[in-house]
Formats: sequence, structure tokens, C-alpha cells
Amino acid sequence: MSEHAMNFMPSEGFRARAKDVVENPFLRQSFRGAMDFLINKRITQFPNADELETLRTLGEQIRQYNLGKLPSLLVQLEESLTRNGIKVHWAETPDEANAIILGICQKHSAKLMVKGKSMVSEEIELNHACAAVGIEAMESDMGEYIVQLAGEKPSHIIMPAIHKTKEEIARLFHEKVEGVDYTDNVDELIQIGRKVLREKFLVADIGLSGVNFAVAETGTLCLVENEGNGRLSTTAPPVHIAITGIEKIVEKLDHVPPLLSLLTRSATGQNISTYFNMISGPRKADEKDGPTEVHLVLLDNGRTQAYADEQLRKTLQCIRCGACMNHCPVYTRIGGHAYGTTYPGPIGKIISPHMLGLEATATMATASSLCGACGEVCPVKIPIPDLLMRLREESFSAPHANPAMVGQGAGYSGLMTSVWKGWAAVYRSPALYGMVTWLGSRFSWLMPSKQGPWTSVRVPLKPAPKRLRDMLKERQ
Amino acid sequence: MKQPESAASRPRDVYFFATCVVDQFFPGAGMDAITLLEREGIRVHFPEEQTCCGQPAYTSGFPDEARKVAAHQLTLFPNDWPVVVPSGSCAGMMKHHYPTLFAADPVRKAQAEALSARIYELTDFLVNVLNFQPEDKGSDCTVVLHTSCSARREMGVHLTGRKLLGGLGKVTVAQQDHESECCGFGGTFSVKQPEISGAMVEDKVKALKATGAERVVSADCGCLMNILGHAAWKDKQAGLTKPSLPGEHIASFLLRRTSK
Repeated sequence: MSEHAMNFMPSEGFRARAKDVVENPFLRQSFRGAMDFLINKRITQFPNADELETLRTLGEQIRQYNLGKLPSLLVQLEESLTRNGIKVHWAETPDEANAIILGICQKHSAKLMVKGKSMVSEEIELNHACAAVGIEAMESDMGEYIVQLAGEKPSHIIMPAIHKTKEEIARLFHEKVEGVDYTDNVDELIQIGRKVLREKFLVADIGLSGVNFAVAETGTLCLVENEGNGRLSTTAPPVHIAITGIEKIVEKLDHVPPLLSLLTRSATGQNISTYFNMISGPRKADEKDGPTEVHLVLLDNGRTQAYADEQLRKTLQCIRCGACMNHCPVYTRIGGHAYGTTYPGPIGKIISPHMLGLEATATMATASSLCGACGEVCPVKIPIPDLLMRLREESFSAPHANPAMVGQGAGYSGLMTSVWKGWAAVYRSPALYGMVTWLGSRFSWLMPSKQGPWTSVRVPLKPAPKRLRDMLKERQ
Repeated sequence: MKQPESAASRPRDVYFFATCVVDQFFPGAGMDAITLLEREGIRVHFPEEQTCCGQPAYTSGFPDEARKVAAHQLTLFPNDWPVVVPSGSCAGMMKHHYPTLFAADPVRKAQAEALSARIYELTDFLVNVLNFQPEDKGSDCTVVLHTSCSARREMGVHLTGRKLLGGLGKVTVAQQDHESECCGFGGTFSVKQPEISGAMVEDKVKALKATGAERVVSADCGCLMNILGHAAWKDKQAGLTKPSLPGEHIASFLLRRTSK
């Protein structure tokens, strides 16, 4: 799928990319199998529906409480981190974030950066920014490593290489890693990756990571991971740079356990991840290891826009578990790359418009049947279908002053608006409705046999010869 | 999961909100639902001025147009009777979205909230209000049930259809693969994203057919329009003249099974 590279207008070509996948039976089956696997793993962790509901409500409340205090918590976080010796940087845009990170790298004459998994670093396209100034940015999460070798982007926020089969990975390793024979034995493949990466950890100048929860009161950066690469990335190199969105903040350590439990169970069906790192500062004078410098880059990139609107703010409750993707019938059909955005799936549809503007993302919100599977599994109860409807409204309404979002009105069409106005005129008036539907029932033979996209896979719609109201009248 | 509310006592009168899809495309399903209710001794009132719940515009991103249409429906049910809707999707719109839709209009919001409390999806009403006990008069058959996403996730009435079919002694309800998954209709989604919608309905029809059931029943005609429309299209492609997957509204199936 690499021929469909991501671009700055993900809306463009979305249908074409989606079509490519749905017409590929092998990919369809492969995504279905992978998502079923994740769905089944999750449900084993939530055997009790009442407990799940209680925990989701708690998760929602914790996230809403903390978002409610976000401005003051950010100030508090900066104070606590500074007290702990962690340098805090603020970035409004991806360019600013990249400039900050590259500035730190250049100060240390860095040549090699090892990266723990970080979707925010994908969001700002950090690897490109590093490459442009001659710094090698090496992904150390196995899935990220695979997609980096393949010259691709993650197709899932938790399972970056979920779109790849082990045979594809075997060929990739054979072609791209020196001295590796073809093997599709998964354990051997992991060992190959591990060996390459281990050597890099020892010589890297910079370790980069994301953050799952930043605790304001204590100045602690929490990092959830399974491979130990997060711990190595944040402890082996002399400098650790963490990057995260401003919304990932919680006030107290007490807020972390429920969210952590929801995160790992929802994401991978684990009751706890293999590693849980709590980073509270650089190496102290009496310590033998750890980085000598720790930085945190806090990125806005459209989050304050979402924050400013009471309904859209719920988007920021997300803890990035990916369960909405796993359960989404659309994601299951088209995979992550078709979306063309860093964050695919339902969460991608609701967060990307704040990062890229509605103009670039206008069609994404229409790519949902509003089935509600995403909202049903969301561990922090984000009302994703309601937010999708809101985004449709923001996109299709006529451009107006003081919009809630950049790109409001991007999908506005005079014709489509007239059609809906005409529809409303008929359906709000019993007389007009009666006339139109009467004509429809009497002249249903006039209905065209081709009804646009509907008849691409369905027989044409034909009104019944008698309406229910006619049948009821005849009965009397 | 929301629990269906049940009324304290058995009402004498109910309103019937048919939905525009039933009125125009599945009038037989509407008649059968009304007949079922009447057979239970209920007087069914059909306000002639009803049109559509407004959902098509609402989910398409045109809440103002939805509001105009919904405002008209708000006025049609003056008595304090239950409003029975033979669709989880339209019932969900009226029960859960009307109050939001009129949030800025205190008078209509109050009307919407009062109406919301009286909205019942048909199978929920049959099971939880009327305690409908069907007596199966048909012969052995296997059916498969498709439950709409709104019925399942918004109304929380995904168990009532199953319960009704389970009460029919000679009917076996087949289990389908990925039962809780959307059929791919989603209103204007089906024409705005035809490739994805087409893939979803293709998989749904395959799963339904794979059960070997002789027909599919559903309490939502929107889904049926999509599922049966695709099944018939497939049949046409294959040159079949007899439908390989017939289907109908659960009200029609229940009425036939319980009539002589």
C-alpha cells in the first residue's frame, strides 16, 4: 500500500484508497482476522459487564475532571517537572516541536536518535525532520521498526504493522537487514530485530519517547510499553526527549491506575503491560545510570481548538488505546493507511480535523455508518458518533464568522444544502409529504433502474404501490 | 447497556409512528405491526399528519433541517399514550436525539423530553410492556435475526427480538458470524461511501446466508432495504429468479406464525 503515500489532504483519494483495499480479498481477510483477534483478547479482560461499565464511567470522569482543569494543571506540571530537573518546552505546531527537538539534538551534536513508540512523533513527522538535518532516527518498537524499514507509516496506533503478514516481514528483513536469510519464523524474526536494535541503544545520542500520562502533582512521566524498548530509549542514551500532546495530563498519581487498567485491557487485552515506566527526572548525582538530561515537549497542534468547544473537547478524553479501530467495521474493511492521516479509524476521524483542518479531512467524517461500535467500547466514553455528526455539520454548513473549527464550511455545497432544504420543506408539511409520497407510490415504475451509488451493489429502490396510510384507509 | 424501560400497566391506547421508510417502502410491515398490537386488545392510533423522524438530515450533518421536520412530529401525540415505532433507528432518534436537537428551545425541549419518555421500539413494547406470548402455529423453520445498530447500542433492545422469536416453538434462530456488526446501511453513508458500505453489506449477506436460514427477519426496515437489496442484486448477477435470502420485518413474521 506504500504507493498511496500520506499527504496533506487525506480527504483527497480517500475513496480510491478505500476501494483498493475492499477489492483486495487477501487484505480484507487479513484485517478481519487481526481485528477479531484483538476484539477477542479485549473481551477476555472484561468478563463482567457491570465492572466494565463502572470502570468506563470512572475513566470518563477522570479524563473530564482533568480536562476541566487543564490550563492550571499544565502550569502545575511545568513547575513539578522543573523541580525534578526535567526541562519543559511548549510547541504550538509540528514545526515548532521539530525545531525544539532538533535544537536539543544539535546542541549535543547528535547523530543517532533511538525512538520508543510515539504517535505524537508521527504526528509531527519527526523522522523526516531528523533526516533533513542528517540525524538518523531509528524506531525501536518492533512494529514501528518494521514499518520504518518498509518506508511506510503505522496503520494502527497500537499495532503499527498490523497490515503486514509474517511472510511480508520475512521478505522485508531479508532484503533490508544485512546478512539475514529469509525466515518466516516469528521468534527468529523478533531476534533479528532485537539484535539490530540492541546495538543502536548502546550508541544512540538521544532517546525519544512518548508519554501516556503526565502527572501534574508529582512531575512524573508515565510510559506504557511491552517490549522494554521504551525503558531502553529513556534510560540508555545520555539525553531523553519525551513528547506528548497537552491533553495527556492528570492531576494526581491516583488517577493513573484506573486509566492504565482501562488502557492495557482495551488496547491489547492485557491486564497490565509488560513494562510501566515512571520517569521523574534525569540521573541524580549518586546514580550510576540514566540520562543526564530529560526534556518534555508539550504539543498543541489543534488541541486547544478542540478544547475551546464543550462538545469537541470530549475528543481530548482519548487515552489512545485503539479499541475504536479494532471494533470499527469501516477500519476493518479498509485498514489504517486508507485514511491518510497519522491517527486512523474513529479516533482519527474526530481528532485529525483539529490537526489538519476540516478542508483536508472533510470526507473522513462521512466514512461512518454511525453504528456506534466505537463509542460502545471506548474506555473513556467518548461519544464518537455524536462527534462525527458534529463534524459533518461543521463541514457542510455555509461558512460563517467565528467558526469553532479551522475549515468550517469546507464541505459546503449549495446544491446539497438545497436538496436538504427541499427535503425538509416536504417532510415538515403533511400536505406536501402526502402528495410526494402518493406520486411515488403511483408512479413507482418511473423510478430509474440506476440510482447512483445505491445500485452499484443493490437493486433499485421502489416505493410500494400503496402506502401504509392508504392501506389503513382502505381497511376502515 | 441501556435497560429497556417498562410501563407499569398495560395501556389501552397507543400511537403508532410508522416511519417514512415503512410508510413508503414496507407498508405491509406497518400493517402487520398494527394488527399484532390490535390483536392484543390495544387501540392503535395513527396520526395522519406524521411524516419522518428527521434522522436522515440529522445524521447527514443538517440539524436545522432535521429540527424543522422533527418539530412537526412533536405536535402529533397530544395524549399521554405510548408511541410505538417499528424501528430501533427511528425510535432512537426520537427517544435519544430529540431532546438534544431542541436543547436551545425550552418549550420544544420540554415537549421532546415528554415525548422521549413515551417512545417504544415495537419489539421492546411487545415484550416488556405487553408481555406478548406468541403461540406458534407454523411449521418447523430456521430464521436468522438481524438487529440494527440503533436497536442494539442506542435503544438497548437487542434482546427483545430474540426473545420474541425464541417464544415460537417451531422456529429455530440461527447464529450468524459477526452478529453485532453493522450491515453497512447508515443512511446517506451508503451512497457517500458506496465502496465501504458495499463491502459491509456483502459480508453481512454472506454471514446471513451461511447460516442456512430460510429467511432473515429484522425490526428495522432501513437495514432490510440494504440487506435484501444487496441479496437480490447478487441473485440477479447469478441469474437466480428465486430469492436466495428472503426477508421481512419481524412484525410480519410474528403475525404470520401466530395466525391460522
